[in-house]
Amino acid sequence: MENRFNRKHLLGIRELAAGEIVHLLDTAETFSDVSRREIKKVPALRGRTIINLFFEPSTRTRTSFEIAAKRLSADAVNITVSTSSVTKGETLLDTARNLEAMAPACIVVRHSMAGAPHQLARMCNAPIVNAGDGSHEHPTQALLDALTIREYKGRIEGLNVAIIGDILHSRVARSNVYLLTKLGANVKVAGPGTLVPAEFAELVEHGLRVEQRIEDAIEGADVVMILRIQRERQNAAFFPSMREYAIHYGLHPDHLERAAPEAIVMHPGPINRGIEIASEIADSSRSLILDQVANGVAVRMAVLYLLAGGGRDDMEDGKARQGKNGKRGRKVSKT
Amino acid sequence: MKLLVANGYLIDPSQNLNAGKNLLMEDGRILGLLDRSEPAPEGAEVFEATGLMVAPGFIDLHVHLREPGQEYKETIATGAAAAVAGGWTSICAMPNTDPVNDSAAVTRFIIEQGQRAQLANVFPVGALTKGSGGKELAEMGEMKKAGIVAVSDDGRPVPTAEMMRRAMEYARGFDLTVVDHCQDSSLSAGGVMHEGRWSLILGLRGMPAAAEEVDAVRDCILAKLTGARVHLAHLSTRGALEAVRRAREIGLPVTCEVTPHHWTLTDEAVSEYDTNTKMSPPLRTLDHVGALLEGFRDGTIDAIATDHAPHHSDEKALEFDQAPFGITGLETAVGLAFDLVHQGIISLERLVELCSTNPARIFRLKDRGTLRANALGDITILDPQLEWIFDVSRSRSKSRNTPFDGRAFKGAAVATIVAGRVVYLHPEYAKITASKQTELAAGR
Repeated sequence: MENRFNRKHLLGIRELAAGEIVHLLDTAETFSDVSRREIKKVPALRGRTIINLFFEPSTRTRTSFEIAAKRLSADAVNITVSTSSVTKGETLLDTARNLEAMAPACIVVRHSMAGAPHQLARMCNAPIVNAGDGSHEHPTQALLDALTIREYKGRIEGLNVAIIGDILHSRVARSNVYLLTKLGANVKVAGPGTLVPAEFAELVEHGLRVEQRIEDAIEGADVVMILRIQRERQNAAFFPSMREYAIHYGLHPDHLERAAPEAIVMHPGPINRGIEIASEIADSSRSLILDQVANGVAVRMAVLYLLAGGGRDDMEDGKARQGKNGKRGRKVSKT
Repeated sequence: MKLLVANGYLIDPSQNLNAGKNLLMEDGRILGLLDRSEPAPEGAEVFEATGLMVAPGFIDLHVHLREPGQEYKETIATGAAAAVAGGWTSICAMPNTDPVNDSAAVTRFIIEQGQRAQLANVFPVGALTKGSGGKELAEMGEMKKAGIVAVSDDGRPVPTAEMMRRAMEYARGFDLTVVDHCQDSSLSAGGVMHEGRWSLILGLRGMPAAAEEVDAVRDCILAKLTGARVHLAHLSTRGALEAVRRAREIGLPVTCEVTPHHWTLTDEAVSEYDTNTKMSPPLRTLDHVGALLEGFRDGTIDAIATDHAPHHSDEKALEFDQAPFGITGLETAVGLAFDLVHQGIISLERLVELCSTNPARIFRLKDRGTLRANALGDITILDPQLEWIFDVSRSRSKSRNTPFDGRAFKGAAVATIVAGRVVYLHPEYAKITASKQTELAAGR
């Protein structure tokens, strides 16, 4: 299979082919080396501007994209827009046109409303990276999760993965379901009935099951992914109390006895200790939460490199050649 | 002044008429039907309708004209222009303007603006409750005197069964049809599309079909309790149609309408987050579309209405969650209705019944929806075979929010006559008639 990624935007995982995902992961793997060096910088995107356009506050994801851009020698600019000022007058279209005038090589968009990156992609010429849109998708999170799994399990295909929590509102769950099933994993999701709609099983054609009890989802799992639960959901009557949630849907050490012997535990962060995950699990060697953070930078470097003109033609055998090849990347004029 | 519509094929379900005859109008009213062989009366202007279908004027029970208050979206004049271009001779304006049409003063203003435009007949629908706030009854009697044809809190569904009950009881005293936008707001709150597989894929908050179905059932039960005439607007779900079917079986005066977009598109159309696919009720699944088609076949559906809802392009350029609900529909509805005819789902007679005969009956519009002598001279002339493409840049509406730009259609209203006056002629047809006349002249 020839693995390539020739898209202009990264809006979601749903539309990607398995080969494109593998290519993104392979590229990210080569970039993780950069972060292990003493000088954590390559000149791949020197002179290019990356705009981090955040309509929803997020310190972690924004910082991760910012570090990724800087390690590629790009100029990273953070713009935080409060959605309340947007509703008062400046439309998405105005914002897009203003940014376009600054000629960015790539715009990274985080928005509390689903579909906003798609709308921007139609309005802008610049490549758009979806850094999370409402309850829709969070493609770079799924990629960093997959990179982490591959690192520890050596593969994705054939693994059993349990995703536990607020599936209904989770963009992380959606992107992960698409990515993992495309690469041949078996995914089970579970959580409170109010937060796990039965139709969720129809999201993909195969490889996904909706379980009523979290114990059934975790049975035999090689990977257990825990989603963050938000207190607002209690006010909207999705569950009675954080206490009840912690008891019935939080991950406890005895749950892991049902999982596969070498099972790993992941969480997109930030964690609610003692609510969706017991502290002793979060702090145990099974927990890869910090590995996920580290891999986030590598994945975002790969995405920015591929979209912001790092040179799709510079790819050979799915490997990005760094260092001196960064210069070649600069010469290639894209879009 | 006399106008003779000559050589057309007349379709009038109100008198089971289906015949090639000439139609004579004088001073805005229908004088009678003539045999084709009879010579044109002296001084009559002749409208040549060879090969065309001649129907009583189409009546749209459900439009939003935005005036007063939101003239940047539409005015009564631009809305009426779009209406006649789409084949509608009469349009019923929903009361959710600014101010809300909850008083005789606003009602009179709307009627006067309609008369000034001299295009389609504009019939105001009054609010059920003051400001459509759902708390106190609006002055239905005063509005009826000023000219409203029905009452509704469309767009802001009546929140409590108690309020709906009182409104039905009170409206009955003025012989007003109560129109409801069936939507249990507690179930649909925050929703921006149909709840189902696509809302899950897109991560958008869904409105379950149950939100419409629960309210439709409630309204049917209240129709039984109060004896009021109840019309359920723009139904989109299997369950709501089933409720109407059952209500009819026990003889309740419950009617319903359906919009073209609800049978033409499904929730899959939302997949690119195009805000021109955002409307309320939302686009549903194929299963619900199938239920609508059944409703057309078995007679459950009484009327086709557009729910024409113009919005400025700036508003539709917002995020999907933020953009307002609704699309324009006056110029595309008849074309989409012809799809049903060409697919063999309804006959031409049924099309006329859905767009004219029944709407006139539902809102008790006197002397409309029929070609009988002395009826008003409102006529819609149809060419079932005309192929055309909708170009939104040429729309008569002030707004451009349609998912049907560039779509190909077969079948159109080619001429619209209001009170004996031709107020619209389709440009393609104008060309055709011109060439036909040249041919005829050459033949002689």
